[in-house]
Amino acid sequence: MAPTQTKQQIEEIEPFEAAQELEGGDVVLIDTREPHEYQEAHLENGKLVPPGLLADEIAEAAPNKSARTILYCRSGNRSFKAAEQLQALGYEDVASMAGGILAWQEQGLPVVSVSGMTAEQRDRYSRHTLLPEVGVDGQLKLLNAKVLLLGAGGLGAPTALYLAAAGIGTLGLVDDDVVDASNLQRQVIHNTERIGMPKTESARIFIEALNPDVNVVEHNLRLDSGNIIELIEGYDVIVDGADNFPTRYLLNDASVRLRKPVVSASILSFDGQISTFVPFEGPCYRCLYPTPPPAELAPSCSANGVLGVMAGTMGTLQANEVIKLVLGVGEPLIGRLLLYEALGTRFTELKVRRDPDCPICGENAPEVADEDLGKFPDYEAFCAG
Amino acid sequence: MATVRIPPVLRPQTGGQTEVEASGGNVGEVLRALTSEHPATEEQLFGPDGDLNRYVNVYLNDEDVRVLDGLATAVKDADTVIIMPAMAGG
Repeated sequence: MAPTQTKQQIEEIEPFEAAQELEGGDVVLIDTREPHEYQEAHLENGKLVPPGLLADEIAEAAPNKSARTILYCRSGNRSFKAAEQLQALGYEDVASMAGGILAWQEQGLPVVSVSGMTAEQRDRYSRHTLLPEVGVDGQLKLLNAKVLLLGAGGLGAPTALYLAAAGIGTLGLVDDDVVDASNLQRQVIHNTERIGMPKTESARIFIEALNPDVNVVEHNLRLDSGNIIELIEGYDVIVDGADNFPTRYLLNDASVRLRKPVVSASILSFDGQISTFVPFEGPCYRCLYPTPPPAELAPSCSANGVLGVMAGTMGTLQANEVIKLVLGVGEPLIGRLLLYEALGTRFTELKVRRDPDCPICGENAPEVADEDLGKFPDYEAFCAG
Repeated sequence: MATVRIPPVLRPQTGGQTEVEASGGNVGEVLRALTSEHPATEEQLFGPDGDLNRYVNVYLNDEDVRVLDGLATAVKDADTVIIMPAMAGG
C-alpha cells in the first residue's frame, strides 16, 4: 500500500476540533514527542509516549483500544505515524492533530509547561523558587497572573514595584493623573524627571526597567460604570488603591458581579487599613462599609497629608496579599480588616462578617444594572475623596 | 475605664488624642462619655435619632458591635472600643 493511501485512512483533526473534543472529556490524549520537548510545553492531560517507546508504553497510557485517542507531536508528522502504528495495534478510534502543538499554540490555545522558565528567569526568581511554598510551579503562576492596579499613586506605586519584581506577568494600571512633584514623597515608581508625564506611562517605564518579564497595560482613564466591567473582566486579581469613595463602591459592585477578588487598602495621615474581598467566600466592601461617610469625614490625603513610608507599608501588604491569592498559599485577609497605625507602630486585626442583607452580595441581593453599579439611591451628597 | 481609639478624621475633635479613656457599662454609654468630654464628636458619631451614624463602624475589641448587641453591648474595663469610619485615601 502506498504511503499516500495510508495517510488518507488516518483521521486528521484541527487543533480547535481537538480542543472541543478534549473539553467534552472521554478522550485519551497522547504526546508523541521526546521528553525534553514535553518538558518545555505540552497540552493539559497529554500523556507522554515517545515514538521509540510506543509499542512498549502505549498499553499503559491508553489501555482501552476502543476509546477515542488523539495523538499530537510538534508539527503533526510523528503523531501521524504513531496513529498508523496504533491502528495496526488494534486501536479503533484514533486521530492525529494536524500541525501539532505549534499549530495549537498559534491558535492561542493553552499549554502546560514543566520547566517553562528561561535560564535568566531561573536566576532572577531563584529566591522565590527556593521557597517550597512558591517553587517553579508557583513562579510560573505568578508569571501567568494578570493583576489590575486601581491607582498608580501612594498605594499603587509600592504595590506595583513589588508585584513587578515578583514577576507578575501582566500588570494593568488604571490612572488618569500625571506625575506631580508632591507625589514623589511616597510614589516611589515615579521620579523627578517624569514630572508632568501620565502616571501610567511613568509606571511602565519604571516597571520595564525593573523586570522585562512584566507586560504593562496602561489604562489612562477614569473608571466609570460604563467601562469597569470590560476593564476588569480580563484580570485575575484587582488591587484597590483608589483615592475616592465612588470608585471604591463601583469596583466592589462590579467585582462581586464578576467574582473577582479585590485587595483593598486605604491610607490617611499615619493610618492605613487593608482587607481582601473574595466575593461570596467572605464579606464585600459594602458588608464592611454599607454607606460612605459625608465629605467632612472623608478627607483626602491632599487635604490631610499622609506619611509616605506608611503608604509604602500598606502597598507592600497589598502586594503580599496578591501573591498569596495567585499562589493559593497562606491565609489572605478574607473576613479580616488589618489596621496599621504608624505613629504607635501598632497593628490591629478586626473581624469582618458577611452581611446577609448586603445589597450586593447578600442572599437576596437584586441584580444590579450596569448604570447602577457603585450607586447609592438614597445618598445624594456623594463626596469626592 | 474602657479605651476608645479615635480615627484620624475625629482627632481634631479630641485635641489630637488617638486614644481616650471613657467609662460606661455598654458601648453606647462609653461613646456618650466620649461625646460629653469632646462635644464636637457627637454630630459625627450619632444621628438625630440617637443611633450611630450608618457610616461609622464601631468595634468592641475585634468584633463589630453590629453583630453583637449594638450600642447595648456590654463593655468591661479592659476593653477597647474602636471607632472606624471608612477611609478612601490611596
